[in-house]
Amino acid sequence: MNSETLNTLDTYSKNKYKYGFVTDIDNEKSKKGLNEDTIRFISLKKNEPDWMLEWRLKSYSKWKKMKQPKWANLNFPEINYQDIYYYSAPKGFEKKPKNLSEVDPKLIETYNKLGIPLEEQKVLAGVAVDVVFDSVSVATTYKGELEKLGIIFCSIGEAIQKHPDLIKKYLGSVIPPGDHSFSALNSAVFTDGSFVYIPEGVKCPMELSTYFRINAENTGQFERTLIIADKGSYVSYLEGCTAPKRDDNQLHAANVELIALEDAEIKYSTVQNWYPGDEDGKGGIYNFVTKRGLCAGKNSKISWTQVETGSAITWKYPSCILKGDNSIGEFYSVAITNNFQQADTGTKMTHIGKNTKSKIISKGISLGKSQNTYRGEVSFLRKADKARNYTQCDSLLVGNQCGAHTVPYIDSKNNTAVIEHEASTSKINEDQLYYCRQRGLSHEEAVSLIVNGFCKQVLQELPMEFAVEAQKLVSISLEGSVG
Amino acid sequence: MFLEIKDLSVKIENKNILKGLNLNINKGEVHAIMGPNGSGKSTLANVLAGKEDYEILNGKVNFKDNDLFDLNIEERAQEGLFLAFQYPVEIPGVNITPFLHSAINSKKKRMNEEEIDNLSFAKLLKSKASDLGINIDMLKRSVNTGFSGGEKKRYEILQMSILNPDLAILDETDSGLDIDALKIVTDGVNKLKTKDNSFLIITHYQKLLDYIKPDYVHVMVNGSIVKSGGSEIAAEIEKDGFQKF
Repeated sequence: MNSETLNTLDTYSKNKYKYGFVTDIDNEKSKKGLNEDTIRFISLKKNEPDWMLEWRLKSYSKWKKMKQPKWANLNFPEINYQDIYYYSAPKGFEKKPKNLSEVDPKLIETYNKLGIPLEEQKVLAGVAVDVVFDSVSVATTYKGELEKLGIIFCSIGEAIQKHPDLIKKYLGSVIPPGDHSFSALNSAVFTDGSFVYIPEGVKCPMELSTYFRINAENTGQFERTLIIADKGSYVSYLEGCTAPKRDDNQLHAANVELIALEDAEIKYSTVQNWYPGDEDGKGGIYNFVTKRGLCAGKNSKISWTQVETGSAITWKYPSCILKGDNSIGEFYSVAITNNFQQADTGTKMTHIGKNTKSKIISKGISLGKSQNTYRGEVSFLRKADKARNYTQCDSLLVGNQCGAHTVPYIDSKNNTAVIEHEASTSKINEDQLYYCRQRGLSHEEAVSLIVNGFCKQVLQELPMEFAVEAQKLVSISLEGSVG
Repeated sequence: MFLEIKDLSVKIENKNILKGLNLNINKGEVHAIMGPNGSGKSTLANVLAGKEDYEILNGKVNFKDNDLFDLNIEERAQEGLFLAFQYPVEIPGVNITPFLHSAINSKKKRMNEEEIDNLSFAKLLKSKASDLGINIDMLKRSVNTGFSGGEKKRYEILQMSILNPDLAILDETDSGLDIDALKIVTDGVNKLKTKDNSFLIITHYQKLLDYIKPDYVHVMVNGSIVKSGGSEIAAEIEKDGFQKF
């Protein structure tokens, strides 16, 4: 590698994170630490019914007996669960504001700065947004319009109050609290997140979106999202996330459950841009996320698309359980790691029904001193006749101090299953850079162009409104310039 | 003087390639450099374009009143230096339209000219492509990816006609082309030629010079130019080879 390339890599690694500001707002917090009192405090703040508190406490007692999963290719100090605030809300948020005039102008300004205006007329046309600030949902746009179609789109806190039957039936049905320690933790202390219900036969006419923001110091965010697509319905949902720059690591442990009934389709996209830490590896979000979708009915489909550029640590495996016959699961992923970031991400496709199909396209890009691992598990159970999987994992290395790893597990108990797997690892090519620069593109533009080309297959799966944003984000994560 | 190469010596990995090379090119001129394999022709092209593998031992190059060695690769390109590559590299997933659009605008930015918008650029690209007999479908593909040798060369000429350089260096553009492709490529060059731009054509064979008439022909052997003259030299080489130089 020549000197100019090394210089450019050096400037990339001085990553400037443009969402790193802090909103100066009075918080109401729980006491530090995790215990039954903290859980009761959260439940009380959210004015929850007893059955919900019970559920939380049961999850907590499970968590106490569990150990953190250790199989990921990640290296980080033990998390001190007693040194974290589990609830933080801007003062005066016992009740969610009825309309924007009740929302603190500082919050509105925060979201304007993040490019997510809360006023509906300014919101991206055709996108409804639920915004979560630390532990509470601040606002949900376009609610009225969606209600006319029978679509429920609200915070999970509100759903617990207003739609207890749906919550009781589906919460924890895909990710049981006792699944592993992070799911138990989330089930005990989850604070807010989004709830979506699409009634039978309804195609949701707009993108639904949640924007998560961690603001307060030493505070964990435990989001819980539940999406149910009833028979023959369709929904496309997008989540985005950012956090201020801080020297301490902060914990984000989310659980997302999707349920698609017969002939229903859910498309779930994530643009994850949590603060990744500085160029010396100080600070950044620990992102331990469990996402799982159940294709419960025949001919149902769940598609995960993720663009992961942030977080000091990413531990995340959006999965599909393909239970209904002919159901389809898809996973499209771009994960970019820079500096000292570590990502261990991939998917799990569990084929249970007949003729089920899954497709995995994973693109990992490593820069700086980062480590990027794809981990996937594709399994075919006994009754999954004629099920198929296609997996493609490509890794791109930029520089020579980073690492890319691919860990695919395949487990088949049915000999009619068809499995295809392709994997490649390449280095960014000096000849390609030379060629682009000879046409007049700067070194940074050239790298960004080549990387975007490398990710194209995944980026084109994003909803149109966000594809351009994601492309920009990819460039920013590479060049570290204020975009 | 448009391009002035003075006493240029260059080495790569301890091997001296160019040895005191001199060459002057004026506006509106077409120069051809011929020479046997390994004489340093491609090295000259890449040193002018700014490829970083080479060590400049001695000499100076002036291009449009700039010391060329003060400019990096992209700055040279933005100043109007274009290299049509001998082996154009594949860039998967990168579509030619945004690629060339960024390229032309980076040049306009440097020249303090107004940038060209999406729509006008798409029109420009389409019309230049049809001038060169390039199928519109080819514009939807990724840069050079899965192209045949001939397609790649045609693509280079398309890029050249879009970027409209002041100095175009063609590095063995004729190699691997059949007669039809050669005609398309050379037609493209002839169409682009004006009194304000210059061409430096590097070739191994005389055939190319049947289609592009150079004002000067130089013979390069062992890292320096040993003979310069008109197109009669090309005929001489065709007849007797490079032996006598």
